[in-house]
Amino acid sequence: MAQFQSLQEAVRDNLRDGDTVAFEGFTHLIPHAAAHEAIRQGRRDLTLIRMTPDIIYDQMIGMGLAKKVVFSYAGNPGVGLLRRMRDAIENGWPRSIETVEHSHAAMANAYEAGAAGLPCAVFRGYRGAGLKDVNPEIRSVTCPFTGEELAAVPAHRPDVAFIHAQKASRRGDVLVEGIIGVQKEAVLASKRAVVTVEEIVDDFDDLHPNLCVLPHWTITSVAHVPGGAHPSYTHGYYERDNAAYLEWDKVSADRDLFMQWMKTNVLEKAPDVFAERVKGL
Amino acid sequence: MASITDFTPNEMMTIAASRALSNDDVCFVGIGAPSAACNVARLTHAPDITLIYESGTIGTAPDVLPLSIGDGELCETALTTVSVPEMFRYWLQGGRISIGFLGAAQLDRFGNINTTVIGDYNKPKVRLPGGGGAPEIATSCRQVFITMKQATRGMVEKIDFYTSFGHGEGGDHRRRLGIATQGPTLLITDLALWKPDPETKEFTVVSLHPGVTRSQVQDTCGWTVRFAERVEETPPPTELELTTLRELQARTERAHGGKKGS
Repeated sequence: MAQFQSLQEAVRDNLRDGDTVAFEGFTHLIPHAAAHEAIRQGRRDLTLIRMTPDIIYDQMIGMGLAKKVVFSYAGNPGVGLLRRMRDAIENGWPRSIETVEHSHAAMANAYEAGAAGLPCAVFRGYRGAGLKDVNPEIRSVTCPFTGEELAAVPAHRPDVAFIHAQKASRRGDVLVEGIIGVQKEAVLASKRAVVTVEEIVDDFDDLHPNLCVLPHWTITSVAHVPGGAHPSYTHGYYERDNAAYLEWDKVSADRDLFMQWMKTNVLEKAPDVFAERVKGL
Repeated sequence: MASITDFTPNEMMTIAASRALSNDDVCFVGIGAPSAACNVARLTHAPDITLIYESGTIGTAPDVLPLSIGDGELCETALTTVSVPEMFRYWLQGGRISIGFLGAAQLDRFGNINTTVIGDYNKPKVRLPGGGGAPEIATSCRQVFITMKQATRGMVEKIDFYTSFGHGEGGDHRRRLGIATQGPTLLITDLALWKPDPETKEFTVVSLHPGVTRSQVQDTCGWTVRFAERVEETPPPTELELTTLRELQARTERAHGGKKGS
């Protein structure tokens, strides 16, 4: 049953050192405020799962929170590379990290399998691809009916998922719309789920019945954080702050500049700054 | 007004790529040159082409090029937007996509693509972003088109990592791996159009862009280039094509504050 909490409380109660955690959002609705709270609370030894690690994992890896990253595209979308993640992989700074690399199709299928309560995902993938030679979690099964060889990967089963969404009702039901990514699957695959939302409304009585809604009993905690996806965006509320993504390329290129930026913009701030950041977008 | 005698190799590449697309195509679009080419096609000769981005947007028609595969405008202008698992399972794996459009950091003569690492995987010289959707785009779309700016650093004898499988070692290698789709059928560079040899599957130059010489193509390619028996000259951009591309990029630049999205 969803509890309404401050983001500080939600992170404190749901994310523990050593956890396997997914902060999801496919370009849209990336839970930046939640990731910043995790950084402020200084969680350690996390296994981070995410299709496109994006700026938030670049920041968490750069601050030394991660011991392992499971991913399928380590880029700053539309801009270039994730420089903090690269520094950890290439130079072990600030610590070395283990990586488990997949394709998007594998990651999406692994979340879906997790949500479906299956031990693994089966799909037609990785044919001729090099990843299956470097990732021992990519195996194959033979279809018992046709004899076709198919790829198999273990289901994602995070301890906790963090997502951002448009609305929660007073009961704690959550509405996600626009590019809905893999968030529903990430929530249903996880033991606990924390959702930050732009807005809390009385009920969802006037909504179209086919909208993507996660019932309150699938959610552990809801935190009201307007602007909580910035510099990603929330469809219907504010646009993607492309300039911030471009700026990150410069900030993340230098270790000292990065540490200074994190101090000023994350460590010394609280979740309420996000509402200010999306004004005018 | 754009002059058709004055265009850059990059513009020629994008326009040549756009010409390869037709109105009936359902195209899985990558960011960068593929996205520019697909949208020029949509704004010129293929107004009904279906563009799909891996974020889940189906039948999208953006006014500016997206900076990422999940920009809001892709969703706002799409016929429908589906979840990412559905995109990969029903639409891509389900065989609904006619063309997959990919770029490459490293490419070999058989259309195998590396966007993962330069150097050894476990001790990379350069860690690149990785495959994202590409490993399955390369095997599930009916055909694959590749765009690439020619450089000996990128067009190499042997790629460091098989992110996306093209024709492997050539010949019937795809079939032997149980891949039923055609794979790379066209390579569009800033200098030439290349098609695979029907037997060996090695990319062969079939058309040189205006003013480009054979030695320019060879000097910017890391393998010994094969030319088709008859090499055509790519028609230069028309005024409509060039104006459409430049206006699209100018709108994009204004929208993204200096970043072209291509």
